[in-house]
Amino acid sequence: MADSASKRASRNLPKTLEDVPVEVVTCDLLIIGGGNAGCFVAVEAKKIKPDLKVAIMEKANIKRSGACSAGMDAINTYIPAGKTPEDLVRWSRSQVGGGPLREDLALSNARELNEAVDDLERWGLPILRDEQGERKYRGKWDISIHGEQLKPIMAEKAEESGAQVYNRVVGTALLMDGARCAGAMGFGVRDGKFYIFRAKATVVSTGGAGTLYKSYTADATDSAHQIWMCPYCVGSGYAMGFRQGAELTSLEQRWVATRTKDFCGPVDTVSVGYQAPIINCKDEKILQTRYAHLGGDSAPRFIRANAPMEEWLAGRGPTYCDTRNLAPDLVAAMMTDYLNERPSFVLFLASRGQDVTKDPIEIYGSDPYIVGGHTMGGFWVDLERMTTVPGLFAAGETAGGNPNKFVGGCAAEGKLAARGAVKYMAGLELPELDAAQAAAEKDRVFAPLLKGADFDGVSPLAMRERLQRLMDEYAGGTSQFYRTNAERLQYALKHIKMLRSQFRYLLAQDLHDLMLAHETMDRVDVSEAVCHHLLARRETRWPGWQTRADFPEKDDENFDCFVETKRDPQTGEVVAFTRPYVQLVPGDRAKP
Amino acid sequence: MPPRVDLKKCNGCEGRDESCCEEVCPGDLMAVNEETMKAFCRSLRDCWDCMSCIKACPKNALETRIPYQLGYHRATLKPIVGKNTITWKCTDIFGRVTTYKYKNRLDV
Repeated sequence: MADSASKRASRNLPKTLEDVPVEVVTCDLLIIGGGNAGCFVAVEAKKIKPDLKVAIMEKANIKRSGACSAGMDAINTYIPAGKTPEDLVRWSRSQVGGGPLREDLALSNARELNEAVDDLERWGLPILRDEQGERKYRGKWDISIHGEQLKPIMAEKAEESGAQVYNRVVGTALLMDGARCAGAMGFGVRDGKFYIFRAKATVVSTGGAGTLYKSYTADATDSAHQIWMCPYCVGSGYAMGFRQGAELTSLEQRWVATRTKDFCGPVDTVSVGYQAPIINCKDEKILQTRYAHLGGDSAPRFIRANAPMEEWLAGRGPTYCDTRNLAPDLVAAMMTDYLNERPSFVLFLASRGQDVTKDPIEIYGSDPYIVGGHTMGGFWVDLERMTTVPGLFAAGETAGGNPNKFVGGCAAEGKLAARGAVKYMAGLELPELDAAQAAAEKDRVFAPLLKGADFDGVSPLAMRERLQRLMDEYAGGTSQFYRTNAERLQYALKHIKMLRSQFRYLLAQDLHDLMLAHETMDRVDVSEAVCHHLLARRETRWPGWQTRADFPEKDDENFDCFVETKRDPQTGEVVAFTRPYVQLVPGDRAKP
Repeated sequence: MPPRVDLKKCNGCEGRDESCCEEVCPGDLMAVNEETMKAFCRSLRDCWDCMSCIKACPKNALETRIPYQLGYHRATLKPIVGKNTITWKCTDIFGRVTTYKYKNRLDV
């Protein structure tokens, strides 16, 4: 049953905190974020226990929310006949240069993976099949889909499951019962209410964090969000957990990808799906020549991602995906892929008047993202997907340690987190609502809206752009070819502290603006964690994803392990430490 | 670059609690001016060009345009949403038209 709390934005803005209506929702399981993973959490939880009261708190509308809102052209992992979950983990490990990675999480995810993808097909997702009726692989592990309707399909199933959906409700903080998570709080971006969700268990599935770094296409264009990751996934889930002391892992392994230049669209679609080689300005096939010793076209993902930028740095740009030899039927298939995932890229090519069989598709490096469904940054979780805060579970991009999950793996993880959460809440009673905690959060949430007409403050957009410039230039953004060093990171941390001290000047004109204010504050908190992670890994393990100019070599003796951070909920102090890597799947770690 | 609203075609989805574009926009960017009953984008720079609103518009009143700093004048891409199919008509800056039609849902 869909219960859309939201409709048209309220024009009656509160004058005082007392004017703000409060709605308390009591449930068994709260899901923060109804994207890919969140929808699967809801469906699985209701399947296990149909009488469970499940609520989804979603800042957009689950029909088209999160990273899948534009659609998708492939399921990047589906285990083919004759291969095993162990094989998939070996491949995933090789893609991140041999790790470290959480092989326990990766294995359990791989065992669920195909069933979750089969669910999608049963629900109506077109998975392309060959003449024999077999799923059509475009690479070793990825299958082609026509996923324009992927998100609406998932959303319908979440609604049909009987979960209560609260659209247009922005999560701002966890509700705590001592050290345990007992729900979350937030506000309605349309109805202007303060929401308190009381839950026995909470799954955070808010997606990753894009827009921490300035995108190069934001310079002198009308488009600040011409990026690959959904720009409305800003890391709020990471921020909410981090502020309450939940441990984060591996945020330094940022996702930087080769993307189409000037209009950030996927490139694997072309390079893997249509075997179009990556070339530089001299028509050299970069991977096959300069990176042959690292595996050529099969080199680890971060090597492939960073290669075009290294060409630019060496003076051999522009770089392209060479589509000039594509047959016309393959061009049409490729354009269809783009229409399914990033339709406006097809419009972009048309706006350049480009025939891709004459002019190859230009490529460049993306801005860095923290996305635990792609690389490894996210919460440290146990096998049940519970974070280090009891009662708080993570699924999808928010759960760390297990890279290369993508759509199928995030769906599978939604199921695993649902099972973990249902198991956890057995026999648990809802704690008393801490009224003082809720009142303090209500005050914090609405403060930017209640400054009064004469207040001389700072817009959420201005603060966001200050942060994005800082991260780009000092914490290894695109303009710096992803390089950073200890001094730059210390500089960034100093200014992040300054920004935090200026939160009190944030001024929101309306409820939408209030959402932007909270997103900006969340970005600042996540960025602080990212800087601590980059600072603590004093080596270069994944060039591009993580490049320390002051420690350019890999240091296995000290850093073949996970880098973790934790923030003290009382003092705000962040500490970094390490956890050991455990190899469970035998074999040469560098090889698939 | 945000969708352009054809003010002749848009009626703000009169009669609905919220217009189709404001319902689906993942960034909460689309809204309807209640005096004119026309849709508008409240923050032009923040659009992701995901085209969710374009697909949802029952009046074909919305169009995504590439910012001029990134692409030349004037190309168009228009989706026609059918039952379990979608058709895209793309016209490039030289007037060349390409049409793509495919199944976007299985009949289940």
